[in-house]
Amino acid sequence: MAAATLLAGCAGGVLDPRGPVGVGNRQILLDSLGVMLVIVIPTIIAILAFAWWFRASNPRAQYDPGFTYSGRIELIVWSIPTLTILFLGGLIYYGSNVLDPRRPLGPPDQTLEVQAVALDWKWLFIYPDRQIATVNELYLPAGMPVRFRLTSASVMNVFFVPQLGTMIYAMNAMESTLNLQADHPGELYGQGAHYSGAGFPGMNFRVLVLPPGEFDRWATRQRGAEAVLNAQTYGQLARQSSDVAPQVYGHVQPGMFDAIVHQVLPPSRGPEGGEPQIHPKPLAAGICTGPVAAGRMAFDFGGRD
Amino acid sequence: MLGKLDWSAIPFEEPIPLIAALVVFLGMVGVAAWITWKGWWGYLWREWITSVDHKRIGIMYVTLAALMLLRGFVDAIMMRTHQAATLFGEGYLPSDHYDQVFSAHGTIMIFFAAMPFIIGLMNFVVPLQLGVRDVAFPTLNSVGFWLTATGALLVNLSLVIGEFARTGWLPYAPLSELEYSPGVGVDYYLWAIQISGVGTLLTGVNLVTTILKMRAPGMGYLRMPIFCWTALASNLLIVAAFPILTATLAMLTLDRYFGFHFFTNEAGGNPMMFVNLIWAWGHPEVYILVLPAFGLFSEIFSTFSSKPLFGYRSMVAATLFICIVSFMVWLHHFFTMGAGPNVNAAFGIATSVIAVGTGVKIYNWLFTMYGGRIRFDTPMLWALGFITTFTIGGMTGVLLAVPAADFVLHNSMFLVAHFHNVIISGVLFGAFAGFTYWFPKAFGFRLHEGWGKAAFWFTLAGFILVFAPLYLVGLQGMTRRLQSVPVDAWAPYLLVALAGIGVMMLGAACQVIQLFVSIRRREELRDLTGDPWDGRSLEWSTPSPPPDFNFARLPHVEDEEPYWTIKQRAIEGQPPEAPESYEPVEMPKNSPTGFVTAFFATAIGFALIWHIWWLALIGAIGAYGTFVVFAWRDEAEYEIPASEVQRIDRARLEARRTWHERREAVG
Repeated sequence: MAAATLLAGCAGGVLDPRGPVGVGNRQILLDSLGVMLVIVIPTIIAILAFAWWFRASNPRAQYDPGFTYSGRIELIVWSIPTLTILFLGGLIYYGSNVLDPRRPLGPPDQTLEVQAVALDWKWLFIYPDRQIATVNELYLPAGMPVRFRLTSASVMNVFFVPQLGTMIYAMNAMESTLNLQADHPGELYGQGAHYSGAGFPGMNFRVLVLPPGEFDRWATRQRGAEAVLNAQTYGQLARQSSDVAPQVYGHVQPGMFDAIVHQVLPPSRGPEGGEPQIHPKPLAAGICTGPVAAGRMAFDFGGRD
Repeated sequence: MLGKLDWSAIPFEEPIPLIAALVVFLGMVGVAAWITWKGWWGYLWREWITSVDHKRIGIMYVTLAALMLLRGFVDAIMMRTHQAATLFGEGYLPSDHYDQVFSAHGTIMIFFAAMPFIIGLMNFVVPLQLGVRDVAFPTLNSVGFWLTATGALLVNLSLVIGEFARTGWLPYAPLSELEYSPGVGVDYYLWAIQISGVGTLLTGVNLVTTILKMRAPGMGYLRMPIFCWTALASNLLIVAAFPILTATLAMLTLDRYFGFHFFTNEAGGNPMMFVNLIWAWGHPEVYILVLPAFGLFSEIFSTFSSKPLFGYRSMVAATLFICIVSFMVWLHHFFTMGAGPNVNAAFGIATSVIAVGTGVKIYNWLFTMYGGRIRFDTPMLWALGFITTFTIGGMTGVLLAVPAADFVLHNSMFLVAHFHNVIISGVLFGAFAGFTYWFPKAFGFRLHEGWGKAAFWFTLAGFILVFAPLYLVGLQGMTRRLQSVPVDAWAPYLLVALAGIGVMMLGAACQVIQLFVSIRRREELRDLTGDPWDGRSLEWSTPSPPPDFNFARLPHVEDEEPYWTIKQRAIEGQPPEAPESYEPVEMPKNSPTGFVTAFFATAIGFALIWHIWWLALIGAIGAYGTFVVFAWRDEAEYEIPASEVQRIDRARLEARRTWHERREAVG
């Protein structure tokens, strides 16, 4: 029962946003669609109507083979799409400025920083202020702006929580910025949105939005967790593994994220096994401790609550 | 001795590719046995394999495309059924196999189905419409075709020997680098695309030269049929864009074979540059495919409305406008890589500006129908199916060009639905429309209308049923290329799409049956006049199928619709008169150069994929040797005697006169 409710909560898409950025995306999307439908619907109706009325078997339709040019119609034909695009151009310019992913959503001292690293094939989230980190599970305080710093340990990926809005690429040796905010407590679905190899379908994660006080309590509680993220444990984590169960690091060596971005920690390796293989075997699942869920069951948090 | 090749390359433990390969192999053996039994090898070699006739080459291109279309469609069926199956269990394709399937699907559909289909149609039609006897470089044309066939062969070979790329149809670095893709899959991709890309470039050069330099007397640029204009724009794009693809893939090849660092994570490599370059080719590629389709739809709207094309000059302007602007929009494929808001806005606006050109075209087709007498034959049905669904696809395309909307739609199933919407309704419907429209010209008999219409309705219904739910599930946040489905809420959409692919399979079956039935009943479907659709441009003035030399005398063109004018004059009582004397015609001789070059190119490609260096060397020497032999040829042409030309042309005029008299009697 609990599982069913949770999944229903995760079902929302980009048209059911839970934060200001997603609301903005939806607004621009629907506005643009509206602007175009005003032209597109009459055009399609006219196509079907003309085709039907001027059918060869209709004696009432007037055959006018000389009607091949009309300056007036040409003018209209060029101006309708041009005007539509002019209008849409305004929306494009406005939208990409207002929803610039780098634009902060609040003053820096009231913004939470989360560093996200795309690994093969799981997500690592570092909370630098709290010196903790999670794998494949993202905790956020409700109503607080969050500044994500994104990078990848190996190949390209995209960080995407559909109900929070805008997605941005995570790439090795590069850092990208994304500002998001979740308005209300709840559970959301997050995923890698750029194909990254065999374990890609398991690269999804749960986003738990907690009330601000509870988020602080959660963070403090995690500091007791035994696992420590340092260069050595990162090296283990960075090895290819798929469908990894959520995990917490109670302490994070400072500067991990920058070390990854600046390749102080080298890009993680591809499939292991020495010589180039003809058919590299799929890797054994999960190196992390804890129960390893397979396939889509990875997102079935049955019993939890 | 054999490089990396050994028995482990054959996937004995994977039943699906093995059985598929076995079926294909048995099929090929069956066909070969049948040809041997019929004693057709000599005929095939003389009349087809070594042919440099643009019509024959066009037909071979389309045949290759049709076969690859079926192969790519099987991949599509596997993806839809597998994803639906994972809703209830594990599905039947393991990750590494599923990833090959979607990569192969995209690669095959774009490079070996859509491209050869469109190029085949251009090859067949353009010289006939221009009123000339062949393309500018007939042997080069044959080389181009056979190199494309080599690419297709290598991709299909990867099914049994080794593996195909698991990187998507565009092998984004650094996933495609040796570090992350150590297998031979990416190498198969690289060499197949490089070799066929050379073929495509040769074709581009050839058709641009043909259109610019070889038109019938009197045919100024603004008297060219609109299909030739779009073919010109498309081939100009090929000439400008394909070198970018070649260079980009060459850099990736250097990375993989010699440890260069163009696109690697380490040592100063820049993976984003790969994405940048591949789309600098990739976006024009879309218009390379769709512009000729626009052109042939223009011909079809005009012919089946029994009216000239509305706003011909506007159409030409819109075509060239799209041709140029299509080169300035590639960044919209990666708005989400974090470019600044003004860069994104500039490329977003540039992208939506293309919709002005397309919009003009749609309105001009609309007004071509206005005041017409529309006949709903199969080609016209495809055209109407195209114009309605393409309008939707164009709209979702502009939606994706709005950066703030793309931020939540990028890489989603919405994107997948969008580009299938435009490519299927634009290019595939265009290919089917062109196929049905020009089939009688190529073979002398029409395709069966009933099965053609059934194919259209099933394909249209299946197409909507597959991609409407994929649009919606994209809005639900589902991303592409998922081997398993992590969210239950997406299930209903995927099941509707599964039903849709079933309906599309019925459409495909109807196409195959249509071809079979039409061949069986070719006598009653025979086209005696050479003008089955009451056409307007010069290809319809030739008999069906046209003689080797196309035109006994090059026609004199006086306006935009030369053949329509000839017919109008005939109706007014001035039938075309038979020339009193004919002259012999010189035609290019057949040449095995193309086939032999491709044979060696296949050896080179295969050898480089498997690091069999001695074989690559032999291939290179062989290919170069073939070129030298061709360059030293003494005779390039043969003569068709005047008496033969006269016999063929008199028969054509006689058939035309009989038809005209019968029409008078009826009218």
